[in-house]
Amino acid sequence: MAEIRVQEAPFDLGAEVNRFEAGLAGAGAVVSFAGLVRDEGGTLEAMEIEHYPGMTERAIAGIAAEAERRWALAGCLVIHRHGRLAPGERIMMVATAAPHRADAFQAAEFLMDYLKSRAPFWKKESGAERTAWVSARDDDEAALDRW
Amino acid sequence: MIDVLYFAWVRERIGIPKERVETGAATVAELVEELRGREERYALALADLSALRVAVDQELAEFDAPLAGAREVAFFPPMTGG
Repeated sequence: MAEIRVQEAPFDLGAEVNRFEAGLAGAGAVVSFAGLVRDEGGTLEAMEIEHYPGMTERAIAGIAAEAERRWALAGCLVIHRHGRLAPGERIMMVATAAPHRADAFQAAEFLMDYLKSRAPFWKKESGAERTAWVSARDDDEAALDRW
Repeated sequence: MIDVLYFAWVRERIGIPKERVETGAATVAELVEELRGREERYALALADLSALRVAVDQELAEFDAPLAGAREVAFFPPMTGG
């Protein structure tokens, strides 16, 4: 059963991975990924992340459940923030655990590909010059085809 | 009565995050037509369906999805999580 958290507050990646590892049984591999706010060459002042409370948790739970069906996972953790974030701040993380590394790597990539375009989050970037919603990329959608 | 929610630039263009709508629409597409007919800000925000995604009762849906029994419909741009 995956652990899913959608929160405004920052999180400590190291502490989360340590806690995740401590709760595992039968795992020989842990993969973790963190997504950060890019500074876009110093032009970005803030990133605002909006989400759809209720649907967000359901959508992530559905994606994680699918990952658990496809791969032999010993654990799965997803944390995704919303609200106003500064460049360099952590936006989100996933961690997967499995008896062997291939399953953990693949499940982590699968989670990331689906979180990008199937979890209801929207990013808005603001800088000195302009403020704009981030557009979805065609290759993010295409990335789903490989699964 | 159905709750209609808007997110991201759809919310900004329409000017509100949520409203209750009295509708006889049988499908999402019919609801879109009704909303477009209300005021220009709706017509502009909902002009291009290819730029929009829809969820019915918090599940992604197609624009031809039926609304019978639905409590909540949300319109938003393609998602940019991760």
